[in-house]
Amino acid sequence: MVAQKFNKGTYLEWYRSMLLQRRFEERAGMLYGQQKIRGFCHLYIGQEAVSAGMMSALKPEDKIITAYRDHGLGLARGMNSRECMAELYGKRTGSSKGKGGSMHFFSKEKNFMGGHGIVGAQIPMGAGIAFAEKYNETGAVCATMFGDGAARQGALHEAFNMAMTWKLPVIFICENNYYAMGTSVERTSNVDEIYKLGYAFEMPAEPVNGMVVEEVHQAMAAAAERGRKGEGPTFLEIRTYRYKGHSMSDPQKYRTKKEVEEYKDMDPLITVKAHILKKKYANAKWFETLEQEIKAEVDDAVEFAENSPFPEADELFEDVYVQEDYPFLS
Amino acid sequence: MREAIREAMSEEMRRDERVFLMGEEVAEYNGAYKVSQGMLDEFGEKRVIDTPIAELGFAGIGVGAAMNGLRPIVEFMTWNFALLASDQIINSAAKMLQMSGGQYGCPIVFRGPNGTAGQLAATHSNSYEYMYAHVPGLKVISISNPYDAKGLMKSAIRDEDPVVFMESEVMYSDMGEVPEEEYLIPIGVADVKRAGSDVTIVAWNKMMKVALEAAAELAKEGIEAEVIDLRTIRPMDYDTVINSVKKTNRLIIVEEAPPFSAISSELSHVVQFRAFDHLDYPVMRINGADTPVAYAPTLVEAYLPKVSEVVKAAKGSLYR
Ligand SMILES: Cc1ncc(C[n+]2csc(CCOP(=O)(O)OP(=O)(O)O)c2C)c(N)n1
Ligand SMILES: [Mg+2]
Repeated sequence: MVAQKFNKGTYLEWYRSMLLQRRFEERAGMLYGQQKIRGFCHLYIGQEAVSAGMMSALKPEDKIITAYRDHGLGLARGMNSRECMAELYGKRTGSSKGKGGSMHFFSKEKNFMGGHGIVGAQIPMGAGIAFAEKYNETGAVCATMFGDGAARQGALHEAFNMAMTWKLPVIFICENNYYAMGTSVERTSNVDEIYKLGYAFEMPAEPVNGMVVEEVHQAMAAAAERGRKGEGPTFLEIRTYRYKGHSMSDPQKYRTKKEVEEYKDMDPLITVKAHILKKKYANAKWFETLEQEIKAEVDDAVEFAENSPFPEADELFEDVYVQEDYPFLS
Repeated sequence: MREAIREAMSEEMRRDERVFLMGEEVAEYNGAYKVSQGMLDEFGEKRVIDTPIAELGFAGIGVGAAMNGLRPIVEFMTWNFALLASDQIINSAAKMLQMSGGQYGCPIVFRGPNGTAGQLAATHSNSYEYMYAHVPGLKVISISNPYDAKGLMKSAIRDEDPVVFMESEVMYSDMGEVPEEEYLIPIGVADVKRAGSDVTIVAWNKMMKVALEAAAELAKEGIEAEVIDLRTIRPMDYDTVINSVKKTNRLIIVEEAPPFSAISSELSHVVQFRAFDHLDYPVMRINGADTPVAYAPTLVEAYLPKVSEVVKAAKGSLYR
C-alpha cells in the first residue's frame, strides 16, 4: 500500500483515542469483578488500532454499526465516557437509559447505530443503512463491522450479494481477531482468508493489518471514497487481536500465552507512542499529562455512573412502542 | 443438572450409533455451559461436532441427517440464537412427515438453555416455549430439575418426532437426585411436585422455583397449594391440571414469557372449557411483563414473575 503521510494532530488524536479506550475498558473489567457491571461484557482491548484508524478516515455523517464488542468503537466515535460507563452500570443516565448495557451502545448524535447481540444480524442491517444513504443521495457511507465468527453466518452472503448488486455505499469490515469464542478461524471454514469471501460477489476485498493504525486508516479512506463515488461496497478483513477472553468468564484454553504475548509486542499504543516520540510530535511530559487526564476522565465517568439512579420499574414500559398510550397487557 | 443432561446424551450415544451431537463450542471447548464436557474425548469428532456460528445451516444439516436415518442432537448456545434456525425447525422438521405423506420423519432433538439468565438484555433473555408449542408437528419439553432432565432427554432422543428441549443457564449448577439405574420419563406427563387442596399452581422450567417458593409462603399462612410442573408443554397434560383444579377449584399459572398468546392463555382456555363448573375463581396468571427484557437490574426485576405476586394471586383467589 502506498504510504500516506499523517500529520502530528492525527497521531496525537489516535494515541489519545486508543489510550482512552484502553483505560476505560481496564476499569470496566475491574468493575465487572466487583459486580458493578453485570451480564455479558466483551472487552475490545488489543483491537484499538482498528477503531482509531477507522474513525479518522470517516466523516461525522457516516454511519457505524457493529456487534456487542462495542465499547472501544463507541468511545472512539466520540460517545462520552460518562454515558458509556453509566450504560455499563445499567443506570438511567446511560446512553441507552440503562436498558441496553454493554452489548448495546447506541448514539444517534454520533451516528453510532449499535451494539448488536445476535452474531451477524448487523451485517444486513448495515447494508440497509447504506441503502437509505443511497436512497437519500447523502454521499455518506456505512461502516458495517462484525467478527470472524460472524463471517460464517448465512446473512453475510445474502447481504454481500444485494449490496454488490445494488452498489450500496457500505464498507463491510470483518474484525478478524482469530477466534470466535473458543473457535479459531481455520476450524470454521475451508476459507480462512476471510477477505476472499468478497470475491464470490466480485466485491473489492483485501486484508488489512489491524495492529497498524495507519494501514487501517488508508484502507478505510479508500473504501469510503469508493462508496461515496457510487462504486459500491468494499470488504476489508482487518486482522487484529483481543488480549482478553471472549467475555468475562473465559478460561482461554484454546490459545497459548505465547501467542497473546506476541500480539502484545505489536501493541498499537506502544508503536504509535514510539512514532510520536521519534518524530518529536510530543515529549514524555505530554504522555504523562495525557495519562493523568484520561485517568481523571475515567474516574469521573465511574463517579457519575455510581451516583446515577437505576431506572424505575415503570420505565420497562417506555421505549417499547413509539405510541405513547400503547395498551400493554398486565 | 448439566451432568444429568450429559449422562442422558452419552447413554443414548452408547446405545445407538446413529445419535450424534452438533453445535457451537460443544466439542473442543466442552460446551459453552459445559453440558457436553468430556463428550468429545469419549465419542470423538465424528459424533461430537463443533459447528461455525451458522444456526440456520447446521439446524438444516441436522434435519437432513434426521430424514436420512441419523438421530441428531442439535445444541443451540441459547434458544435466542435458534431464531435464526426457526425456519428449519418450524418449516422443515415439524412438517416433514406430513408433507411426505408419512414417508420421511424427522427424529431430531433441538436443545439448549432458554429464558432470562441475569442481566443479558433484550436479545439474550427470551423464553420461546410458546413459539414452538404453537407448531403442530413439534413436541416441546421444558425441564426444571436434573431427574426430569435426564429421563426426558432420553425419551426425546428415542422419540421418532422432532423434539424441542429447553433448559436454563441459571439451573445448570442445580443439584438433585438421579438414580444409578436407567429410567425414562414419558413425554407429555406433568408432575405433581407438591400436593395441596386449596389452590393449584402450574409452572415449568425455572418458574417452578417461584411456584414452590410461593407454595412455601402460602403454607405459613395455612394455605396448601398443589404445585404442578408441566415438564412437557406440547403435548400438554391437561388432565393432571384439571384433576387438580377439580380438587382446589382455583388455578394460578406462572410463566416467564410475556402474556400475549402465551402458554398460560392456552391452558386457561382449556381449563375454563373443561372444568368451568369446578372453578370458584377466574384462572389467574403471573407472566413476564408485556415488554422485552431490559439490562438494568431494576428492569429485570420488574420484568420477572415474583413470588409475592403468586402469593397475592393465590390469596386473592381464596378471597384472603
Ligand atoms: C446468532 C448467535 N449465535 C451465537 C451467539 C453466541 N456468541 C456470542 S459472541 C460469539 C462469538 C463471535 O465471534 P466473532 O464473530 O469472531 O466476534 P468476536 O467475539 O471475536 O469479536 C458467539 C458464538 C450469538 N450471540 N448469536
Ligand atoms: Mg473473533
